[in-house]
Amino acid sequence: MAETAHKHPNYMAIFWYLAILTIIELAVIYMPLAKFTIGVLLCALALGKAALVAMYFMHLKFEAKTLGWIAVTPLAIATLLVFVLLPDGFAVLKTTDAAKKPAVTAPAKH
Amino acid sequence: MTAATVHSAIEPAETPLTPDSWGKLGMWVFLVGDAVGFGVLLAGYGAMRATSGDWPNPYQVLGINLTALMTFLLICSSVTMVKALEWLGRGDRSRAIQYLFFTALGGAIFVSLQAYEWTHLIHRGMHINQNPWGATLFGTSFFLVTGFHGLHVTGGVIYLLSMIRYVAHRPEAAASYNAVEITGLYWHFVDLVWIMVFTFMYLI
Repeated sequence: MAETAHKHPNYMAIFWYLAILTIIELAVIYMPLAKFTIGVLLCALALGKAALVAMYFMHLKFEAKTLGWIAVTPLAIATLLVFVLLPDGFAVLKTTDAAKKPAVTAPAKH
Repeated sequence: MTAATVHSAIEPAETPLTPDSWGKLGMWVFLVGDAVGFGVLLAGYGAMRATSGDWPNPYQVLGINLTALMTFLLICSSVTMVKALEWLGRGDRSRAIQYLFFTALGGAIFVSLQAYEWTHLIHRGMHINQNPWGATLFGTSFFLVTGFHGLHVTGGVIYLLSMIRYVAHRPEAAASYNAVEITGLYWHFVDLVWIMVFTFMYLI
């Protein structure tokens, strides 16, 4: 297919970006930072790597924009799901906390 | 009003979604569905972990040296996959087949290393319903998510091997370009999912 010939990006450059980002990920977990900061950094690095794979290896950068919107739908659904699960999670935390301190919640006498 | 204009009013012949290749759009739609599956698993994992008081620290318990190597291997196999397509585009079928084989080999080594890792962890007492380090769901979610991904890699290796046969039997190299590009979409998706799984299940 002749029209696809011009679509090939520099794959080796993408490979090096991915390899370097992986090494940074491995370095980040040993950094003397707050656990939350490390988590945010790792999420950002993973999303960056995923975007590189999707845009260049899967040629999303060269496809119709509509396909890009279709492709990011699962990410939106997964992010939404985290917020859907949060109230449930807090409820579980509350009950386990309550179970840990029965003396406070249980009435001593009637 | 003629029948033709009525028809085009119902559905235009060209829409923003009309692709060069319907097969490619089909694979994208499948992958989006599959991505929702992985998204649900990872979001569920996050919720279970966030609400557990005794979740072990994954990278200390699981060890990430081998898994980092596996990650690197999948990235390499993604590169051999795009190289296979590139050679096919240039009309060099034997080089394309060679690179498809390297890709399948990378996948096979990945699954073998995963089997080794699982065996090692099982020997250390990690099971789907118990583990020596803390929350029971740690083992459950680990085997479920990495297993689901491992199945995808195994399926991908079979897919790649069947594509080698397909490319070899086409009358000319260009005839299989589209099919190999679709195979590539699947393979890169498996790589993309591993990037997420590696980050959420091992590093964080």
